[in-house]
Amino acid sequence: MRFGVVVFPGTWSDRDCGWVIDQVLGAELRYLWHKDADLKGCDCVILPGGFAYGDYLRTGAIARFAPVMEKVIEFADQGGLVWGICNGFQILCEADLLPGALIRNSSLEFRCEWTHLVVERADLPFTSGCEEREVLRIPISHGEGSYFADPATLSRLEQNGQVVFRYSDVEGRVRPNANPNGSLHSIAGIVNERGNVLGMMPHPERCAEPELGGTDGLKLFRSVMHSAVEVLTV
Amino acid sequence: MSLKQIDERRLREVALTPDEYRVIVQALKRPPNDVELGMLGVLWSEHCSYKTSKKLLRKLPSTGPAVLQGPGENAGAVSIGGGWAAVFKIESHNHPSAIEPYQGAATGVGGILRDVIAMGARPIALLDSLRFGPLPASRRHFEGVVAGIGGYGNCIGVPTVAGEVYFEDCYANNPLVNAMCVGLVRADQLMRARAEGAGNRLLLVGADTGRDGIHGASFASLELDEDSASRRPAVQVGNPFLEKCLLEACMDLTRTDAVVAIQDLGAAGLTSSVAECAGRVAGAGARIDVLRVPRRERSMSPYDVMLSESQERMLVVVRRGREREVQRIFEEWDLTSAVIGEVTDDGAVTVMEGEDEVARLPVKLLTEGAPLRRLTGVPPEPAPILVIDSLPPPADLGATLLQLLASPNLCSRMPVIRRYDHMVGDSTVIEPGGDAAMLRVKGTRVGLAVTTACNSRYCELDPNLGAQLAVAEAARNIIATGAQPLAVTDCLNFANPDRPEVYWQMEETVAGLAQACRALEIPIVSGNVSLYNESSGGAGIYPTPVVGMVGQIDDYAERLHAGFRHEGDFVLLIGSSHNDLGGTEYLKVVHGKVAGRPPALDLVRERAVSRLILTAAHAGLLRSAHDCSDGGMLVALAEACLLAGFGMRGPALEPEPPLRLDAAFFGESPSRFIVSAPSRAMPELQSLARRHHVEIALLGLAGGDVLELEGQLRVPLSDLRQAWEGGLA
Repeated sequence: MRFGVVVFPGTWSDRDCGWVIDQVLGAELRYLWHKDADLKGCDCVILPGGFAYGDYLRTGAIARFAPVMEKVIEFADQGGLVWGICNGFQILCEADLLPGALIRNSSLEFRCEWTHLVVERADLPFTSGCEEREVLRIPISHGEGSYFADPATLSRLEQNGQVVFRYSDVEGRVRPNANPNGSLHSIAGIVNERGNVLGMMPHPERCAEPELGGTDGLKLFRSVMHSAVEVLTV
Repeated sequence: MSLKQIDERRLREVALTPDEYRVIVQALKRPPNDVELGMLGVLWSEHCSYKTSKKLLRKLPSTGPAVLQGPGENAGAVSIGGGWAAVFKIESHNHPSAIEPYQGAATGVGGILRDVIAMGARPIALLDSLRFGPLPASRRHFEGVVAGIGGYGNCIGVPTVAGEVYFEDCYANNPLVNAMCVGLVRADQLMRARAEGAGNRLLLVGADTGRDGIHGASFASLELDEDSASRRPAVQVGNPFLEKCLLEACMDLTRTDAVVAIQDLGAAGLTSSVAECAGRVAGAGARIDVLRVPRRERSMSPYDVMLSESQERMLVVVRRGREREVQRIFEEWDLTSAVIGEVTDDGAVTVMEGEDEVARLPVKLLTEGAPLRRLTGVPPEPAPILVIDSLPPPADLGATLLQLLASPNLCSRMPVIRRYDHMVGDSTVIEPGGDAAMLRVKGTRVGLAVTTACNSRYCELDPNLGAQLAVAEAARNIIATGAQPLAVTDCLNFANPDRPEVYWQMEETVAGLAQACRALEIPIVSGNVSLYNESSGGAGIYPTPVVGMVGQIDDYAERLHAGFRHEGDFVLLIGSSHNDLGGTEYLKVVHGKVAGRPPALDLVRERAVSRLILTAAHAGLLRSAHDCSDGGMLVALAEACLLAGFGMRGPALEPEPPLRLDAAFFGESPSRFIVSAPSRAMPELQSLARRHHVEIALLGLAGGDVLELEGQLRVPLSDLRQAWEGGLA
């Protein structure tokens, strides 16, 4: 199983994702430089957190034009696993690989804190190691993570079961006061219709070891690893 | 040489005194030209030359077995084991933040990051020690500074893990923004910013040079007045994205051995970075051509180029003939770089504009020529005496506790902490909100504890004792995590030193710092002085010597958190309490007084208590440890409950005379910790305490949803939380 982690100028979760893949998970790791239109044969491509190109203009707005993104879009169209975390989610929306947009937090402030997420889809390559309705504890760290989409898109997402994670309380109840950024429908993560492109605002790579406060994030990395193994053995 | 040959207004513009001008003319044996005058003006500013404080600073201890680099470089460095070095420094950005809070604070963060990067280290943590006037009046400063720190630190991807926020009247016009950065480098790859080797190339990297920030260093060396707002153009604008690229490119430089040195461009821009780099090597000089400096604007004069404080720039000294190799690394990150000159062996900084020489000054004159100022300190009127017998006893202990927990100086910092990314890097093993934060050193078991501390109210009442207490508190913050204090970086903030009582505060502060650091064996390896934190007509700030400290633990699995960990654990007070009510938060909040002498500090006792905590932590006897400081024992106890999410129950506390009840609960005697321990550890803990001659008192058992001392105090945890979390709202 080979993970690719895309590095844009201004990306900073690349090293954290790389650490988890390489040191915690023990999987194969390749960094994918934004200027190279080459995915180096990776089985799952991660667009990590950060401020790609400074996020000047609009989050993710410039990153989508990077040479590496042409290949990422091709890869996604062929059914390859693409996983956008935080800034990566914002870039996936800008690149039209996922619907909707991430706008400024309703608090108008940056938020870095632990959140609880209720898992609504446990049948995806990214979540197969979770139980449906399981509550994960994963931190967020963003200023523009409020998920927004028009009503038609939202209802399509809901009907198709494309909402993967929702902010919840510790019991898994979706409540306004458990929503840290004002996301519509408390959406923390969505998947495309085909189920191979996931975008999420919380940072699973920050909670893959007990000393960092929890290991729920590792469940997602493990899921991806196992799903790839299954594909290979079928 | 007569002074009449120079316009006095011009001298004021470059912030030089007539006497200093005479020294310059004497040294050069000719009058300086305009470019030279500007260069000398910024380098001789207080901010760059330390002409007022240098003599005092020599008294600070700066050596120790772990020290790899003491003062004089971009940052200090200590060995932390496993072949790693921790590199760190604190620096003020007070004046810019007073005028333009967001950018002032943001560029403060940017500057301190570059100091650490210049040592070849990867920054792994930021800390910010902040002081404002009371809310809501100072909300513009508070909001702007916090947003600016977040705006820069969050974007560049270095976690902001610790610091302080205080509110006092004296900071209303003069907020303090002290930013600290900690980085990691292999000890054998530690860089020094020394311009070695005549003929080696000077490469300017990063942002293009604009007209921003000209005279910034001089501006930071004046009092703020009505005209200060018009100096807003002297405040630079930060570009954290560019600095992120600069950071990564500088880290990539370790791939080559073509780099001799890296120097950050901060205050006084190109002038100071070139002069300082050359000044560290005997006989070295530099020759640069301003026409080769990439510019942001047209028709910039040599003067503008030499004095610009445009942010996000670095000077790299490259081995002759290897320029392309190094430039290619920067090109990968789409960064501009240009060879602007070379190292010489003539001991002079020569500035060319193409074929024309526009300035030529001896390096030593620039870096060490500023005449040190001889000031005399005079003690001010003694602080108001506190007659504690006149204080009425607290009517309701629970209500007083809630009042203190809600005080802006004691309440939860979460509204600030959550606006900073404190987790990026996957290294934060103790999150902010307790005593020190801790970062792990990836690939090892080593943990690095980091903190800042200073109670400036103590310093106002007694600057010497206040400085000692700041060192002791920082050390306790580190020790509460189970780590051993290693070294200090200090940021000394004062009002106008031309006033004899302020200079006296400086003398006393330095004496206090030196005494405490010697007694606790913690050297000071880097630092910064910020003077003139005073507004015309208004009073100056309290003396505020912020102590940044770094500590080390061999295995971070043994680290301790501030909050209780298990219900049913024994809760203990380690150390002894005295009638230390002078200068306390209790005295200010409940009785409206800033008076008395700060709490008494016995450095021998402080050491004994520290040794006990570290021995017990290392032996696995403790489950948590929390420093008792601002607010006193009861506030520390409540914090340990709030961080745990459960309460504590114990019998009534009956202090033995002459200890007063209010002093036992709210006095701020130093050298005390609130710890928790499993019952099985009690016998060993008690015998350890006896062996270290340290008092140990059982307060109760952790657990439940109230904080209760039977018959004395009973407050539901939810009430504590409401008070504590609402204090900054």
